[in-house]
Amino acid sequence: MSQAVGPRRRSMVRRAVGTRSMVWRADGVMLVAVLALSVVGTLLVWSSTRTWTPGAPAGMVKKHVLNLVIGWVLCGVTALAGPRTLRAYAPVVYGVSLLGLLAVITPLGSTINGSHSWILLGGGFAVQPSELAKPALILMLGTLLAEPVPGTDRPRPLDLVLGLAAAGIAMGLVMLQPDFGTTMVLAVITAAAMIFAGLRKRYVAGLGVLALAGAAAVWLLGLLKPYQVARFTAFLDPANDPRGAGYNSTQSLIAIGSGEIFGKGLFHGGQTTGRFVPEQHTDFIFTVAGEEFGFLGAITVVALLGVVLLRGLRIARQCEDRFGALVAGGVICWFAFQVFINIGMTIGIMPITGVPLPFVSYGGTATFANMIAIGVLQALHVRTRSF
Amino acid sequence: MNRVRARLVVLQFVVLSLVAALGVRLWQVQVVRGPEFAVAATETRTRDVIVPAVRGPILDAAGRPLVRNRTALVVSVDRAELERMRDGGARVLGRLAAVLGRPARELRQRIRPCGPRVTRPCWPGSLYSPIPIDDRVTPRQALQILERQEDFPGVLAEVQAVRDYPLGSGAAQTLGYLQPVTEEELKKRSTLKANFSGVDLVGRDGLEYVYDEALRGAPGLRRVQVDRMGKVLGVERQTASEPGAILITNMDAGVQRVVDQALAHAMKNAPKADGAAAVVLDVKTGGVIALGSMPTYDPAIWAGGIAEKDYRRLLSEKAGLPLVSRATHGQYAPGSTFKISSVSAMIRDGYPLRGKYDCPGAYDVAGGVFHNFHGIGMGVIDLHTALVKSCDTVFYRAAYEMWRRDGGLTPVRHPKEPMTATARAFGFGRRTGIDLPGEVPGRVPGRGWKKEMWAATKDLACHRARTGYPEVEKTNPGRASYLKRLAHENCVEGFEWKAAEAANLSIGQGDVLVTPLQLAVAYAALVGDGRLRSPRIAKALVSPDGTRVQEIKAPVVGRLPVDRETRDYIRAALSEVTSDGTAAGAFGGFPMNVVKIGGKTGTAEVYGKEDTSWFASFAPAGDPRFVVVVTISQGGQGAMAAAPAAREIYEGIYGIKGTAALPGGRPVERLPKIRRDGTVVR
Repeated sequence: MSQAVGPRRRSMVRRAVGTRSMVWRADGVMLVAVLALSVVGTLLVWSSTRTWTPGAPAGMVKKHVLNLVIGWVLCGVTALAGPRTLRAYAPVVYGVSLLGLLAVITPLGSTINGSHSWILLGGGFAVQPSELAKPALILMLGTLLAEPVPGTDRPRPLDLVLGLAAAGIAMGLVMLQPDFGTTMVLAVITAAAMIFAGLRKRYVAGLGVLALAGAAAVWLLGLLKPYQVARFTAFLDPANDPRGAGYNSTQSLIAIGSGEIFGKGLFHGGQTTGRFVPEQHTDFIFTVAGEEFGFLGAITVVALLGVVLLRGLRIARQCEDRFGALVAGGVICWFAFQVFINIGMTIGIMPITGVPLPFVSYGGTATFANMIAIGVLQALHVRTRSF
Repeated sequence: MNRVRARLVVLQFVVLSLVAALGVRLWQVQVVRGPEFAVAATETRTRDVIVPAVRGPILDAAGRPLVRNRTALVVSVDRAELERMRDGGARVLGRLAAVLGRPARELRQRIRPCGPRVTRPCWPGSLYSPIPIDDRVTPRQALQILERQEDFPGVLAEVQAVRDYPLGSGAAQTLGYLQPVTEEELKKRSTLKANFSGVDLVGRDGLEYVYDEALRGAPGLRRVQVDRMGKVLGVERQTASEPGAILITNMDAGVQRVVDQALAHAMKNAPKADGAAAVVLDVKTGGVIALGSMPTYDPAIWAGGIAEKDYRRLLSEKAGLPLVSRATHGQYAPGSTFKISSVSAMIRDGYPLRGKYDCPGAYDVAGGVFHNFHGIGMGVIDLHTALVKSCDTVFYRAAYEMWRRDGGLTPVRHPKEPMTATARAFGFGRRTGIDLPGEVPGRVPGRGWKKEMWAATKDLACHRARTGYPEVEKTNPGRASYLKRLAHENCVEGFEWKAAEAANLSIGQGDVLVTPLQLAVAYAALVGDGRLRSPRIAKALVSPDGTRVQEIKAPVVGRLPVDRETRDYIRAALSEVTSDGTAAGAFGGFPMNVVKIGGKTGTAEVYGKEDTSWFASFAPAGDPRFVVVVTISQGGQGAMAAAPAAREIYEGIYGIKGTAALPGGRPVERLPKIRRDGTVVR
């Protein structure tokens, strides 16, 4: 930003730090909660990865911190952009994310840890377009469904069809990877958008039946990989196959349960040190919290996540326009779903699905997507308050 | 916007209840069931590694090692880990075979679990403990394995203590050997289970078996943290192992060596001899100074898994069952050495000690003519001469007279049976109780024994009396008809104690069987204080730092039924056997001025075999300190085989021809001193 910018347009920096800036009017409670979760996540990632490379115990955690910094910057940029810009660029964002998803299923895509959902950028960096598809779809659906049938608060039928199409394309591409967990998140996001857009209850029920039928079809037609079926049945009875599919579930329960009330202390969790829980720095990061910080620490993490969700809901309710409410509601449903599925699977009340824990799990693209979503919420918050 | 807000409120409730559900479930998992998961975590996260205790050595009375430990680099294989591999560990075993320079087939055999139809080598121990493959690995080989652990998963190379036997094959059966513990043994011995490390060995025979618990010590425990792949991350807790106690025996390595040599010579000189045993007892204490048995073997073959060939030899009849100690497991008719019991029976029954007895060349016992040895009569002699010259007819007459006084074939209500009763009082027919496993009791026949035998065998005998022996008849009709007559006799009158049997017993023939050890104990009682002692090999158990000493004494288990005068009379008579009696030839030229030897020869007839050669002796004759009993199975006459062996033993003990094994003829009485670091002061 040069000083040559005319007086009609104030510089980004000025806008960012000025008295009317969103920085002063942001939802501080939510940001503090997210920051706290970032710090806790950093410690947990550190603890779970420090034994990987004996020479450099902080290798992974350094990358995680870098991801967080980028994520917070993205959050700030998104918040500063404001709702109108977001709405205006929603189709572009959605289109770019679709291109990303398409790229994954071309030879550009790579398989990491058994999931074919990556694009390698070189230099040890990689992006996971399916993570970015989550906020993109939310923005796209918000934009499409923002205008109601005039005089009512029901969605216009054409918008509905377009919205379902947009969701369907994204979900289909993710299914091709295949990424069962992200597909479910996208389904939840779509359902949330439909519901908040004011779809009649009977249609909501109809969509629900459709979803169930789809799930049944997937199951009956054998579209799921055997390991996915095994994970689901292992959730129902982990003791059935403790070394195979039930292993994750059993080990994760042992790690969390053995933390008892006060935990074993950071870096002192034997299960974590011994790497008994697979994918512990990503999908099973919560087990580190459970083992090393105990019930008190784990419940604190849950409470922090609860604060983020409730503050987000508050923003959604305070939105003056349908776009804002739809987007904020979508983001909250997304986060709530992932939080419940992720923590639920580690404590044995949900089947094991590859879904990371927002703000805590290691993972660059997921962190960026989460922080962009927080930025979106903040933008909406600022917007509400500015009226 | 109202509808949207309403639906957001519903979402808020949903979110709140989901968060609450997570909280409740966390409470349940971490607080309510936390301790349960904590236990499960400890189980998955830690492995208990047992640190075997160093087994205590076995020393002789002077502190010289009979069994000691040598440290060896041992390569062992974790069978469970190999089995988890896709090819059953074949590649790893192949590499290991190349490093050790041994055929892979042999390695595969060694780690097979033993069982029916599985020939040695095989693994008799627990399937969950590492199986030793080779205990003579060079440091170079061990390094090759340790440095390339990724090529050798499931293969361990570590320093272990391995049993070492300085005497070689000497006293092998007495010392015993070690083997991996079997599941059955674990079940049977509860104390073993408590102290058992899962990897160490258990004493399977001899002293190693009897004093196993003391020798074993207490294993230590190291609880290590492991990761998911079983890699050790660190030590969580450690208790040191406690070495086993030191077993000090009454044995003397020097005397043992002399005994083994004497037996080997005797076996060589008696071409048909198929076994030999020698016992050297300390008359004063009942301690066992040496215990020899031939054929023998080197117990070192057990270490690190026994080879098929060696194992088969140990168990083969043809090789003479080298595992079996003939001193405690060999039962032979004692022949004339038994006469110490017969003379005592006569005195007890009222025959005058200093009377005169007729010694004809033959004596008629109830219609059967019993001859003296070589059929030579000696006229009227005293008991002294009867013993020195070994006159049989004196004893035939006494036995026959006793038999008749008991009612003959129609016994009185309470027959006195002086010969049988006295033999039992001398300790025959029951185990001496020595601290060795599996001793046999021998046999003293009599009227009661006959009845029991008949009750047990009459059905078979009566059956054979009817059917005969058709299978024998084909090849040997004469023998078949003899056997049929015998069966008929056994069937009809097998319960009768016949005069001939009574006569045979009196000279140690017929059904009477004794072990060399029993005879030695009886002689020790006779020439000592008249008390029967249960002999002991062990003298003391000393804690590894030498501070605590538990002495082991041979307990008195009986008293001979004859007074001192009689005992002295018999001893005086036996003292002349080596100069004027049956052993005079064997002891020709022996310096009796240095030490006078007393003894009794025995020549026991065995159907279809050479005679069993016996010599039961003691020294010094005036105040005996040692009893030496030698048996050569199929060795011929006592004077020809056993007596020369006994002479060789005495020469070794007293140093007649070289250095004395026990200078001055005195066994080591004071316990060797053990320093705090476990070394022996000599």
